[in-house]
Amino acid sequence: MTIPQLEKKAKEIRLTIVKMVGPGKQGHFGGSCSIADVVAALYFYKMRHDPKNPKWPDRDRLIFSKGHAAIAQYAALGMCGYFPEKELWNLKELGSMLQGHPYLHKTPGIEANTGSLGQGLSMSCGIAAGLKIDKNRAPRVYCIVGDGELAEGQIWEAAMSASFYKLDNLTTILDYNKLQATGRIDERLNTNPVREKWEAFGWHTIEINGHDMNEIVESLDSAEKVKGKPSIIIAHTIKGKGIPFAENNAAFHNGVMTQEQYETALKILSEQGAM
Amino acid sequence: MRMQNQRRVYGETLVELGRENKNIVVLDADLSKSTMSCLFEQEFPERFFEMGIAEANMISFAVGLSLTGKIAFANSFAVFSTGRPFDQIRQGVAIGKMNVKIIGSSAGLSDFGDGATHQSVEDIAIMRAIPNMTVISPCDAIETKKVVRFAAEYNGPVYIRVSRNDVPDIFPEDARFVIGKPVVLREGKDITVFATGTMVYEALIAADRLSGLGISVRVVNVSTLKPLDEESIIRLSEDVKGIITVEEHSIIGGLASAVTYALRGKGIPIKTIGINDEFGQSANTYDELLVHYGLTADNIIENAKALY
Repeated sequence: MTIPQLEKKAKEIRLTIVKMVGPGKQGHFGGSCSIADVVAALYFYKMRHDPKNPKWPDRDRLIFSKGHAAIAQYAALGMCGYFPEKELWNLKELGSMLQGHPYLHKTPGIEANTGSLGQGLSMSCGIAAGLKIDKNRAPRVYCIVGDGELAEGQIWEAAMSASFYKLDNLTTILDYNKLQATGRIDERLNTNPVREKWEAFGWHTIEINGHDMNEIVESLDSAEKVKGKPSIIIAHTIKGKGIPFAENNAAFHNGVMTQEQYETALKILSEQGAM
Repeated sequence: MRMQNQRRVYGETLVELGRENKNIVVLDADLSKSTMSCLFEQEFPERFFEMGIAEANMISFAVGLSLTGKIAFANSFAVFSTGRPFDQIRQGVAIGKMNVKIIGSSAGLSDFGDGATHQSVEDIAIMRAIPNMTVISPCDAIETKKVVRFAAEYNGPVYIRVSRNDVPDIFPEDARFVIGKPVVLREGKDITVFATGTMVYEALIAADRLSGLGISVRVVNVSTLKPLDEESIIRLSEDVKGIITVEEHSIIGGLASAVTYALRGKGIPIKTIGINDEFGQSANTYDELLVHYGLTADNIIENAKALY
């Protein structure tokens, strides 16, 4: 897929997010929209995966350690055809296959149960280590973490274990949008500086603009070539990217759109040629 | 009477399983020489993961390994393997019914010298409260071996409680372990003692001595604390004058809670022997602690007399 095509996919993901949540309902717009470009690049460019065979042993895996941004993953999975598109419109309804946070046994394409922050990276390390035991199999593991999530001590336990076990089949992407649920990360509990921390923990680091598809694609390609250590792509992003009233607005971490805002978001994303 | 070390037999069983099944993987948090997972490390270094002193990461990492088809045994002392990573067990292991086995080693008061911080009085309660979790407290080394084998074959979360010390053999080598089934070790018609783990042996001693006093005691080993076979518990309680539960654990949330709940509304007199909602403490010997907390055959005898 070309860069413009991937950019279009990212816009489609954002439009789908807006439609899935709809007006008057709470949804994690902010952190889902900030990572939408990376998600588009993973599902439509980088990852080897087969929507018709979600448990294909040689598939690459994507784990949202920041599980609250699941709607970005659901949108992409729906677009890929992991489940019928109509399932997207049952988000968080009783009995729905799309739970508020990723649920392994309910949703085709979901790899792990995440949502309690800090755990998805450890699980990703375990998956990467498990795949390395079976030496004939070399799928790649991708894990998306949030910058607020970096306050969880377990992230750093996982970071140590990943470099100790030389998990070079693991690429982590940091959704570095600088906001957490209650405000700016540097004013709440500062997790900065991030790059220095990951380097000190033995990781290969790459810093990019997380909304520039060229940079995303290049960084995913170059991370794959690093041997002997795990990689982290520090993606500078804007929380709520693509929905003007949600951009850089912590209130839309888990916010509610009015009917008017909903229509504005649909109009803007549609004009950008999402669908 | 042969004494065997429960944790050593646990470690040896892991090695046997490792030889039989290449999908067995083992994790430890810097206590492998105590939990005896070091035996597995020596033979299968490529399938052993030292996680450092980081129990939360150990459990979630084990979840990841299980997601690649591995059968993961995560080891630490019972206080640390259940308490520190409670959330990791709940969210990562239990909700998704992952194939992760959590080992609570040096359980109960068995780490007698280290005091309250290292003695687990509530691990069974914590694990029982989690949906999808199977909770087993084997009574001797032979049953431990069978339980570990069961855990490897069963596809889902299991918590196994292992004592630090030597324990007398109760079962013959060829005994079968059936998940969920309380085992009547000795028949009796006056009192039923339900015991779990290390307390099963104390119950047998008490029953012996009580028979000399003319009190006939049935002793039941309840190694599977969850799922609890309520039907058997009721059946083995309705034909006696009263029942006693005995456990090296708090009376809150463990065997006492499980059995009294099973017998709700039956009007059967019940005595519960366990740790009475308090923490442990250091002592020079394990036996000193057992006496201090009333976890002895003597105390079972006193309670049986009161019920008779």
